[in-house]
Amino acid sequence: MKLLLAMLALTSSVSAHAALNVLACEPEWGALVQELGGDKVKVSNATTALQDPHRIEARPSLIARARNADLLVCTGAELEIGWLPILLRDSGNAAIQPGQAGNFEATRYVTMLEKPLRLDRADGDVHAAGNPHIQTDPRNIALVADALSKTLATVDATNGAYYQARYADFKLRWQAAISRWETQAAPLKGTTIVVQHKAYPYLENWLGLKQVATLEPKPGVDPSVASLSAVLAKIKQTPAKMIVRSAYNDERPADWLAQRTNLPVVVLAFTVGGTAGASNLFGLFDDTISRLLAADKAAK
Amino acid sequence: MKRTLITSSILMMLGTPAYAADDLTAIRQEIQQMKASYEARIQQLESRLAQTEAATKQADKKAEQADTKADLASQVAAVAAQPAPSRESAFNPAISLILAGTANHSSLSPSTYSIGGFIPSGGEVAPNARGFSLGESELAISANIDPDYRGNFVLAMAPDNTVGIENAFIQTLGLGYGLSAKAGRFYSDIGYLNKIHAHAWDFTDAPLVYKSFLGNQFADDGVQVKWIAPTDSLLVELGAEIGSGRSFPATTKDKNGSVAGALFAHVGGDYDESNSWRAGLSYLGVGAQDRSYTDVDALGAPTTNAFSGKSKTLIADFIWKWAPNGNSTVNSLKIQGEYMRRNEDGDLTCTGCATSTTGTLATTQSGWYLQTVYQFMPHWRVGLRHDSMSSGSVVLGTGLSAADFPILAAYSPSRNTVMMDYSPSEYSRFRVQYARDASRPTEIDNQFSLQYITSLGAHGAHTF
Repeated sequence: MKLLLAMLALTSSVSAHAALNVLACEPEWGALVQELGGDKVKVSNATTALQDPHRIEARPSLIARARNADLLVCTGAELEIGWLPILLRDSGNAAIQPGQAGNFEATRYVTMLEKPLRLDRADGDVHAAGNPHIQTDPRNIALVADALSKTLATVDATNGAYYQARYADFKLRWQAAISRWETQAAPLKGTTIVVQHKAYPYLENWLGLKQVATLEPKPGVDPSVASLSAVLAKIKQTPAKMIVRSAYNDERPADWLAQRTNLPVVVLAFTVGGTAGASNLFGLFDDTISRLLAADKAAK
Repeated sequence: MKRTLITSSILMMLGTPAYAADDLTAIRQEIQQMKASYEARIQQLESRLAQTEAATKQADKKAEQADTKADLASQVAAVAAQPAPSRESAFNPAISLILAGTANHSSLSPSTYSIGGFIPSGGEVAPNARGFSLGESELAISANIDPDYRGNFVLAMAPDNTVGIENAFIQTLGLGYGLSAKAGRFYSDIGYLNKIHAHAWDFTDAPLVYKSFLGNQFADDGVQVKWIAPTDSLLVELGAEIGSGRSFPATTKDKNGSVAGALFAHVGGDYDESNSWRAGLSYLGVGAQDRSYTDVDALGAPTTNAFSGKSKTLIADFIWKWAPNGNSTVNSLKIQGEYMRRNEDGDLTCTGCATSTTGTLATTQSGWYLQTVYQFMPHWRVGLRHDSMSSGSVVLGTGLSAADFPILAAYSPSRNTVMMDYSPSEYSRFRVQYARDASRPTEIDNQFSLQYITSLGAHGAHTF
């Protein structure tokens, strides 16, 4: 018991001096915290770009990380419903519980798309709050950055000015980057695409892409030969220019369709770390747009 | 207004008989002209009104379009946190229901099932009934009670229409310092599989060590305290439980305080992005009073035996999971094993035995299982399991004759199981399983099972 108390005392004294411990549920938020927090934060990501954020298990290492986190930064909108509740429950960490300043949900600060009109498991993996993949639109990142900088300043008040200064700098660079991306991506307006999972409504909305079909017959339901044949028939009616999938998706369904249609397959990073080029948030959109432009060129 | 004016003036004019005929026609013409001009002006006004109306409508439409296309970038200020819709049902707990069923074929009757060399655990450890049978239907209700506590309730409805409370506990939410506490009826955290509900098992039934040493699963009424060490990415979890001893190998006693106690330690982490693991060591110490089971004596007459004493079980567990880049969508592998060793010391009393009455009983017995499950393509998995147990040392004191306790005769039960399952979605699973079961010393049982398991309602959790 004495040992236990000694260890407790040790932890509290250690954490008082160390950098702010942040656990990000997805790499895009980890990257954003790094942009805003600089060397005042220690970030770890619960998932990588090569993992399906819907299907993660509450691994022992994640419980250990949640236990030590001062701030939890997640997407929300039930994206992490399969594993985050266990982390919160088992961590015994008061600071990151829902309702606390240390529990940050990005989807609370953006306008959600694709809110389902009805909730039924027969419709596949639907999220009541809307499509949770908000990070594919950089304007959403800007909105989240604003809120997150305030949260950082709340959770770690001593460095509040530091976070605000970094945010002001990030905001300028980000807005310049958005206008650059919008200019670059102008030729993509109206481009018709087939997506594997409904992961890109925000990107489509931003760049004016037109999604004509999804390979998954229903969200989260893996494509079957029957469902792929239906997509094949559909794009004969309404032709598409390219097939878009995320780095973590199984490559076979997209390849199956590509072989039969001669459409290029674009593998998008989806989040930071998904491709070699997407090494940070800026790289994520540089890479995404250049890949879409390349496929658009090839299709012409 | 204008119209009434015109008519009244006309009436006035008509009311003047002194006018000549010429004048009359002139007046008529004038009236006609006035009428025409007024009507034209009225029409003009009407059309202008319609135009204005249309314009407003268009403006509304444009505003609407502007709203729907709401340029997110133009919203300089962050959108305020969106309030949740308020409904009366909004605070209803999460409810989920497990529906399961099996069809079984076994060469021996499940009613004759026993695990040779071991005192029967009294739980529902026999294989599923032959033919079609409903599995356990499980109703789970959970929600946060208030900012500090969460409640969980699991009702299990057995195929024979009996209802049991599987779990009913309250749990702290973020006590701080890595501490959490539970009170009520819950599955103990000892071992790996003990805490996992039957519908999440990788085989249709529990390993032999769980059947024999814990009566399938150890679930007590009591309290649990758990602490997670402040280590960086390596999980170190220590915990202790005390309870009433309502579950095998314990029995409840008419006494104050606790009858059963458990200690457990789990360590786990990621080897790399693709591999993660957890290992644990647990101890369960319980008291038993008149824990009874039936057997036959040396002459074959039915007897009832009762054990009173102490039972101590040590469990070592290990699990390793692999998935390429940690993405288990296409391929994944799981290797899991547990070893249990139990020491029992006390008195055994036989009612109905030919020669034996009461004497001491001291046993040291052990067993283990090792299983692996491989997902070879999306939705499809195959699994292999080997069970092995040893009745070890069973020492009967004076007053007890070994011939009166045939179940305790030395034996090493074993079983080999293969299974394949198909999960169309996260919420449904179909399984086929074959086991060659040498639990009984007399004959080998060949067991075939077909099983479905489905989950309705709230999204379940993906535990490691």
